Amino acid sequence: MNSKGDAVSESAKSRPFLEVKDLQVHFPTDDGLVKAVNGLSFSLERGQTLGIVGESGSGKSVSSLAIMGLHKGSRAKVTGEIWLDGAELVGMSVPEIRRMRGRQMAMIFQDPLSAMHPFYRIGDQLVEAYLVHNDAPKAVARKRAVELLDRVGIPSPDKRFSDYPHQFSGGMRQRAMIAMALMCDPSLLIADEPTTALDVTVQAQILDLMQDLQKEFNSAIIMITHDLGVVAQMTENVVVMYGGRVVETGAVRDIFYRPEMPYTWGLLGSIPRVNKTGSARLKSIRGTPPSLINLPKGCPFQPRCDQQAHVEGRSCVNELPELLQIGQDGHSVRCHIDTGQRKRLFAEEIKPNL
Amino acid sequence: MGRYLIRRLLQAALVLAVISAITFFLFWATPANPALLICGKNCDTETVAQVNATYGFDDPLIVQYGNYMEGLVSPAGRTIGSEGNERECAWPCFGESYQNGIPVWDSISDAFPSTLWLAVGAAVLWLVSGVMLGLIAALRKGKFIDKFSVGLSLFGVSFPTIVFGYLLLFLFIVKLQWIPFPDTANAALFTVGPVKWLQFYILPWITLALVFAALYTRLTRANMIDTMNEDYIRTARAKGLDERTVVFKHGLRSALTPIITIFGLDVGGLLGGAVITEQIYSITGLGKFSIDSVLANDLPAIMGVVLFAAIFVVVANIIVDVLYAVIDPRVRLS
Repeated sequence: MNSKGDAVSESAKSRPFLEVKDLQVHFPTDDGLVKAVNGLSFSLERGQTLGIVGESGSGKSVSSLAIMGLHKGSRAKVTGEIWLDGAELVGMSVPEIRRMRGRQMAMIFQDPLSAMHPFYRIGDQLVEAYLVHNDAPKAVARKRAVELLDRVGIPSPDKRFSDYPHQFSGGMRQRAMIAMALMCDPSLLIADEPTTALDVTVQAQILDLMQDLQKEFNSAIIMITHDLGVVAQMTENVVVMYGGRVVETGAVRDIFYRPEMPYTWGLLGSIPRVNKTGSARLKSIRGTPPSLINLPKGCPFQPRCDQQAHVEGRSCVNELPELLQIGQDGHSVRCHIDTGQRKRLFAEEIKPNL
Repeated sequence: MGRYLIRRLLQAALVLAVISAITFFLFWATPANPALLICGKNCDTETVAQVNATYGFDDPLIVQYGNYMEGLVSPAGRTIGSEGNERECAWPCFGESYQNGIPVWDSISDAFPSTLWLAVGAAVLWLVSGVMLGLIAALRKGKFIDKFSVGLSLFGVSFPTIVFGYLLLFLFIVKLQWIPFPDTANAALFTVGPVKWLQFYILPWITLALVFAALYTRLTRANMIDTMNEDYIRTARAKGLDERTVVFKHGLRSALTPIITIFGLDVGGLLGGAVITEQIYSITGLGKFSIDSVLANDLPAIMGVVLFAAIFVVVANIIVDVLYAVIDPRVRLS
């Protein structure tokens, strides 16, 4: 594998740029098998952004780490298929996938303070990311690092090159983190809650920056977040995860305007609205996310679902609903309630209260 | 940096002054009577009075303390001895031993090389073995080698030095006779050559290093496991770095930082003498010297060895603090 092009085999031309098929990630622990991801499937083309939303523990980060192959060497059991640009990642050996990390796919982590090494200069960490994949003199790597620091909007990048992470502000650190991810022009960028640790104005700047960079580099972006605002601004397609499974997926318009899964309704209902007047309380979904060791036998959302009464002829407790396509653009929903009934419920009961 | 060092050195001087005062007055608070000791067996009142006058035991304690400290503070040292028999005691003047009249500073200078070799050799041994074992244990967490090294370090921590030392001595010197009986008088590296020197020091090193190696193994293991779970280690892997670089450049560097701190303090402490180990192998180092001095109620010798050891601890503290700031850019000296 000398260049990125070689990885594309003839048969893979028909595949999407990134295709995840029936991905499962299980962790054996002393308390039992933690089923963090159970049959996740999605696909993504270059230049597009996919949002993965869900609560903490729904398997978002675990699946992104699986794409990066970062579970390899740990006790995690990863099965299924991940195809990136014609190469299958799940079965790949560590040295093989190591050569792809940072070069074909890069990751932006949530908390840039803990995600950068406190003892090394920012610039040196960027240079390291470049030199691991490029046989180039250090001066070239340094030039590239300064260019990228400049590109992500760090003032006087020449000087800030030799600063340590603790000398940067939170927003600057996240910019530097993005610059580090871009050092080798990766075609897939996974952003794991890139704005969660930042305040709102900086959040907006970082998201703008990412959109600009995506246009510039034509990269595919997976945006992992629990902030639906970020999803609305950034993404074309959305995967809603719950208990390690996809419960609803589709174009961002469908998810926001025509959602059909009660969990998605709950998520939308729990967005704080500035335009709500009076003493309206912030709504939440009752209960807590399921234990990933003892997942419910039927629908994972069943213990917290308020719409079970509308199910006819199926058992939410005993039967796992299929993820069924209901509309165009791949809008799919995992729910036992009949689709007509769901549309009616959303229009009459849910939408007016959003 | 310069101002910081000056401030720290002044603080260190203050600490040493306090230690000297405490040692001095604590000695006189005990029922010890050095005059009787010096006077010897056939002692009468007259001789005792003479001794008291000669050594200045008649003076108020505070005056005696002042006289003693003059020898350490004044660059010219001080004059000791009675009238008609005065001697110059050059700086640093720790006085003369009550037992045999030998200047304490000479005794300390003679004893120090043995202690230094003992401490440095043992330190290298425990640092290398402890860090290596701890690192391997951390990287193979839960595997056999991990359980083995954790068990070994538990053994090392709980085995009393005095038992372990005598066991080694009995086994390798008395029983198996792999190593000749230690010849205390001939243990200097440049007079006996490296082979004899090593034979002399190898068992003391192992004895002294055991406890420390055990502690360092556990410390390295715990630090390394913590560090390898840090986010920046995941970032390093996500960059595509190979595991070696991740472990040594990103992991070990962070994990070793606290160990260097403790290492400095441990070595500094040991330069004042390793009492038990020196006693077992009859090494005429500072540890043995201090035991002998205490048992003989020899105040100048006690003062000398306490202050000498304290200097190493205090200086080691300063070095460690400066080193910490050099290693970790987040630490500011202030």
